[in-house]
Amino acid sequence: MIEVKEINKTFGENEVLKGISAKFAAGKNNLIIGGSGSGKTTLLKCIVGLHEPTKGEVFFNDENFTEMNFEQRVPIRTQIGMLFQNSALFDSMTVEENVMFPLNLFTTQSKAEKLDRANFCLERVNLKGKNKLYPSELSGGMKKRVGIARAISMQPKYLFVDEPNSGLDPKTSILIDELISELTEEYDITTVVVTHDMNSVMGIGDHIVFLHNGRKWWEGSNKEIAKTDNKELNEFVFASKFMQAAKGKL
Amino acid sequence: MIYSFGKYILLLRLSFRKPEKFSVYWAEVMREMVSVGIGSLGIISIISIFIGAATTIQVAFQLSSPLVPNSIAGSIARDSTILEFSPTISSLVLAGRVGSSIASQIGTMRVTEQIDALEIMGVNAPGYLIAPKIIAGMSMVPLLVITSIALGITGGWIACGLSGDISPSDYIAGVQGGFNGLTVRVAMVKAIVFGFLIASICAYQGFYTSGGALEVGQSATKGVVYSCVMILFADLVITRLML
Repeated sequence: MIEVKEINKTFGENEVLKGISAKFAAGKNNLIIGGSGSGKTTLLKCIVGLHEPTKGEVFFNDENFTEMNFEQRVPIRTQIGMLFQNSALFDSMTVEENVMFPLNLFTTQSKAEKLDRANFCLERVNLKGKNKLYPSELSGGMKKRVGIARAISMQPKYLFVDEPNSGLDPKTSILIDELISELTEEYDITTVVVTHDMNSVMGIGDHIVFLHNGRKWWEGSNKEIAKTDNKELNEFVFASKFMQAAKGKL
Repeated sequence: MIYSFGKYILLLRLSFRKPEKFSVYWAEVMREMVSVGIGSLGIISIISIFIGAATTIQVAFQLSSPLVPNSIAGSIARDSTILEFSPTISSLVLAGRVGSSIASQIGTMRVTEQIDALEIMGVNAPGYLIAPKIIAGMSMVPLLVITSIALGITGGWIACGLSGDISPSDYIAGVQGGFNGLTVRVAMVKAIVFGFLIASICAYQGFYTSGGALEVGQSATKGVVYSCVMILFADLVITRLML
């Protein structure tokens, strides 16, 4: 489980996060949603330690991550997998080398074992046989899947996903969402997804935290989201005509 | 400026932390050595031959007097090549070729979140990205400078043969006469320091890039300009201290 307590983050004069507290349970798809500039990605980066919170604390299974130094964080970081918005694959490495990279650095496995694990992860994301391709030879959806394969190669306890659907067509978006959801259940991972894609919210949102102007505005599940009378959340969720039309059926 | 210098020193300290796995870092050092050394051999060879040739012709022209022995042109061309042209001009060219590549490579990794990906995995990103480049710079620039010295002197000999200003045998006699080993030691110290400056300054500029493609280009330009200025400054300091 991950818990954030009273997280504040300020960049110069700009206060991006204002006292956010939330708990993200294991084996569930935890979604952080909100409009552009609401602080979703900043919160995610504070959780994983890419930004240091100005105030507040982050706990990974009751261990205070915020108080740890670089060396103390390494054991937790090896349990973290992350899929970035633009996949962040290493350009100079093949698909296989990307997936094997954390294994090379943090395990004592033989080359054959590492290769087996890389092949397993690539097969799990339906990219069997693409081992020798470079990231520049892959489509956006394939890059995301390689990113997921790399993220799960170390069998993480925590999976963080930043905008998994950006730049993808609706069908590929749904496939990526389903893959994240399957992996979360299969390996009992604590998954935190930052998104503003309503298909993801309705499809995999077991637990949703809605941010507005840097504050936690609402918290619940995708089943509760249609019934809420929270004005800002309704404006966000039912902004599109498609969602307005679907509102009665939810 | 003091803030930036402090950041630069802290980044260097982070770069030389104990590696997570030595074998992975060693492979990276080897890869960088090939990139810096073999990758720069062509351009260094070309400029060295031409600079050596041009220097010899100019020295021969300036010292064309019945009172000065012809072989002196060889001695002067040799010492200028060893002390100044090979280490400094080669390093300025390397700052353009290798430095811009280091800054833009690391800068691109920064803006495409590849450095964030390394950090999330628990990898010491400065150690993995910067230390191998600095080690490669400090080991390969001296080798390139030695190559440059050899080719520069050869270029002078070719120029003698083609121009006829001095005979090649006079030139060789000049190159062999009155050699002082200190000049080579000075050249090697310069090469090691310049290799360090190119790799570390350009890596620093790349590592702290923020924004997008435009900023990556700006970082590469800054890296090259700052490392060129620092090379010239260090050249003066080393020359003053050692000669």
